[in-house]
Amino acid sequence: MENAIEVSGLRKSYGDYEAVRGIDFTVRRGEVFGLLGPNGAGKTTTVEILEGYRARGEGDVAVLGFDPEQRPRAMRERVGIVLQSTGIYRHVTVREVLEHFGSLYPAPRAVDEVIGLVGLTGKEDQRARRLSGGQLRRLDLALALVGDPELIFLDEPTTGFDPAARHAAWDTIRSLKALGKTVLLTTHYLDEAQELADRVAIIKDGRIIVEGSPTELGAASGPYRIAYRADNGDGTFVVHETDDPTALLHELTERALASGTRLEGLSVTRPTLEDVYLELTADA
Amino acid sequence: MREPSLAGMIWRQYRLERRMFWRNPSAAFFNFLLPLLFLALFGAVFSAHQKDLNVIVPGIAGMSVVSTTFTALAYNMTFLREQGILKRIRGTPMPSGAYLGGIALSAVTNTIIQVGIVTVAGKLFFGVDWPRDWGELVVYVAVGVVCFAGLGVAFSHAIPNFESTAAYVNAVFLPLIFVSGVFYDSAKAPRFLRDIAEALPLVHVIDGLSGAMVKGTGLGHNAPGLGVVVLWGAAGLWLAARGFSWESRRN
Repeated sequence: MENAIEVSGLRKSYGDYEAVRGIDFTVRRGEVFGLLGPNGAGKTTTVEILEGYRARGEGDVAVLGFDPEQRPRAMRERVGIVLQSTGIYRHVTVREVLEHFGSLYPAPRAVDEVIGLVGLTGKEDQRARRLSGGQLRRLDLALALVGDPELIFLDEPTTGFDPAARHAAWDTIRSLKALGKTVLLTTHYLDEAQELADRVAIIKDGRIIVEGSPTELGAASGPYRIAYRADNGDGTFVVHETDDPTALLHELTERALASGTRLEGLSVTRPTLEDVYLELTADA
Repeated sequence: MREPSLAGMIWRQYRLERRMFWRNPSAAFFNFLLPLLFLALFGAVFSAHQKDLNVIVPGIAGMSVVSTTFTALAYNMTFLREQGILKRIRGTPMPSGAYLGGIALSAVTNTIIQVGIVTVAGKLFFGVDWPRDWGELVVYVAVGVVCFAGLGVAFSHAIPNFESTAAYVNAVFLPLIFVSGVFYDSAKAPRFLRDIAEALPLVHVIDGLSGAMVKGTGLGHNAPGLGVVVLWGAAGLWLAARGFSWESRRN
């Protein structure tokens, strides 16, 4: 079995509202796949169908080769889930709750190792009700990892985090990839998808509008952009667009050296995933 | 690499529930101290009247059955659902039955402890002797537990959010215990109140407990009453299973 997740022609309606309108994608084993899109795009509905929480409307779905709608125990033993918002028992300690959840799996990961992995070292004996919001979110991740799953669903794992906490969470997610785990990540943060995902699908109004690696998606959409501050002193930038930045740079720098100007603020950029994302989701 | 056994999972969930119960002071208070407080207060009021004490002790025992199962489970299931804990559990390999079994066993443990405390207090302080018919006591506690546990879980489906749980639960619990003769002999109540009470399960549970603890009338004396409790229990279990939702309706 090559792919961790296979989705084809997936549709789901709530009453008259069609939340997912024909989605196809595959997630390969060992990759981090990002579902990126604005709120209400259909990300969570898609993921909850894959997790076995919702029945699909139409289409075919396989998670580790299982039909998630049947919620087979063998699938649940190999999948870890971080939901968008879930509570946990208030009166148990971090270690107790991890030991308890670990005991539900055939081959759990050592509790101390999981605590270290998510960065809760030192909080082992803290009761959940005394943890901060960010620490609770790390506990969510720890609970998803304690069964040592092959596939991990992360539904907006860093929403509401401060920048330092986000970077710490990103490090943890990178270490999952290093452990050989497959990760399906949903996010509405572009930088998160760009930082973490091997491949990204941008989803909007229940459809995937573009799919590829973050760099491919950026590169596919336009030429290089070379900018520098104009000589006239009013702070405006001169911007050139080109498919051959080497030649243009050579020409520009040669001219600048010859005339003794400095090309202040020189930059060479490609359209980022953000540019693509904003362009694709703009006409809302 | 062995799958954890069902019995092992029920046991571990049960132990976790017990630990959480004792660590939550308000739960422990409402489950143990409140009925004892009622017993002490009414015991003091009726201290010279053994006939009234003979009513109040099984009455409080019956109330304990309701508060440890119906009230506790309606609260717990609403909390667990609204907090998303049920949804989280649903994503783990634990079978639903193991999870709910652990919670139910914990509730039953509270019932047993509390009925035990009331029985001992009845003997020590209120001139009610040890139960005359242990078999009848066990049967009525068991049937009462299943009935009110099922109704408690079923009722939790009707509670829209955790903030309103107290209002919903007390709107049922308080009228139920008053009409069912927890604090007085229901035979002395006005006819229409008695008719209402007879249609509900608690009065029959108390009647059975009274028969077991005080009168020694034997299991057969209120078979129709036992039937009413069983019918309510069956309806409760059916509704509990049918309306069960693993997540909050808000999303």
